[in-house]
Amino acid sequence: MSTSALQAAQLILARDLRVALRKRGQFVQPLAFFAIVTTLFPLSISPELARLREIASGVLWVAALLASLLALEFLFRDDAHDGTLEQYALSGQSLTWLVFAKTTAHWLLTGVPLAVMAPLAGISLGVPYAALPGIIVPLALGTLVLSLIGAIGAALTLGVRRSGVLLTLLTLPLAMPVLIFGAQATDLAIRGASYAAPLYLLSAMAVLGVTLAPLAASAAVRISLE
Amino acid sequence: MVGRSLKAERLHLWRGERHVLSGINLEVGAGEMLQVTGANGAGKTSLLRALCALMHLEDGRVLWEGRNIVEDLAAFHSQLVYLGHEPPLKADLTARENLRYWVGIRRPLSETDILVALERVGATAWSEQPARTLSAGQKRRVALAGVILFAAPLWLLDEPATNLDADGKRLVGGLIDAQLASGGVIIVAVHQNLPVKNAAQRQLELTAA
Repeated sequence: MSTSALQAAQLILARDLRVALRKRGQFVQPLAFFAIVTTLFPLSISPELARLREIASGVLWVAALLASLLALEFLFRDDAHDGTLEQYALSGQSLTWLVFAKTTAHWLLTGVPLAVMAPLAGISLGVPYAALPGIIVPLALGTLVLSLIGAIGAALTLGVRRSGVLLTLLTLPLAMPVLIFGAQATDLAIRGASYAAPLYLLSAMAVLGVTLAPLAASAAVRISLE
Repeated sequence: MVGRSLKAERLHLWRGERHVLSGINLEVGAGEMLQVTGANGAGKTSLLRALCALMHLEDGRVLWEGRNIVEDLAAFHSQLVYLGHEPPLKADLTARENLRYWVGIRRPLSETDILVALERVGATAWSEQPARTLSAGQKRRVALAGVILFAAPLWLLDEPATNLDADGKRLVGGLIDAQLASGGVIIVAVHQNLPVKNAAQRQLELTAA
């Protein structure tokens, strides 16, 4: 009798969420970074809301992108260190599926809190209340894509010491479309226009990421385990 | 019909410029144990990792029950438990939680199963402590409880008795005896021979290439 794939994914989710709960600092760090960056802009540019509103979408998205890059390093590092990743590879379950579960857990721990927190930062940048869904929804989708793309980079750089810079260089070019269309969606929302088009593109990227990124990331994990 | 056995033919493994394994042959049948010895760096760990396909072989093949393992890796993996140098425990989870998640991914476990296994390795007293507060020997015992819980026919153990006290070493010997008595197959990398009663043992000495 063996565990079904679904149960295995649930166990990985439960495990990663529980570990994160006991090790909060690691996940608060990117959120704190996001909060600091976005609150520094009103201080450094001008407290004039009309001017801040102009740059709000760019500020939010750049900060979110950098914060999620910051969080990527922990995605596989601890599991590689203590041999957990090796046990995943030997579990008899599909490693691609397990890596997908891990990446989902990572998104729940980093991307979702970011998307929930971003409206607060948005308000301080003069974003009208009506435009707040235009921050939350694109950010939730965008961070999902960033976690998935980042999983490939994080898996590839597992064997490298001090992998932070390399990981950023690898992931950043692939993350550009997310930044461009995400910021555009939020910008359109702030202007009160329909932001459906960039949102569809972000969704397409998410679908592509969900289907392909775990395959690439699990292959990279296998290589780095050697 | 080929019974439970692990057979390796002409294994060649390179790590960078080093030819770590050069033409290793081995065969271990049901109820048998192979002790792999050799100096530090002779390739004991590499051999174990190559046998479970964590490492890519340059040449040679590994057969489990007469079938090449690469034909169906998932099926082969579900027949084995590999325990490396470091017990694969999460520092922030308790011994019990660790076992539930680690072994649970392979087979469904009840809390009773976990408690019984922890008792068997003498780890009941610290089963609710986070792994980070455990000593190396205590972690090793928890890892051994995991090995039992997998209930797999093939054991690949890398230095299973490291950090264990005399009682712990006897425990490892006892677990191995029980596994062999039930027709299991064991390959173990060791520095010192383990206190095992079972006579069906073989030795393989690796020399640094």
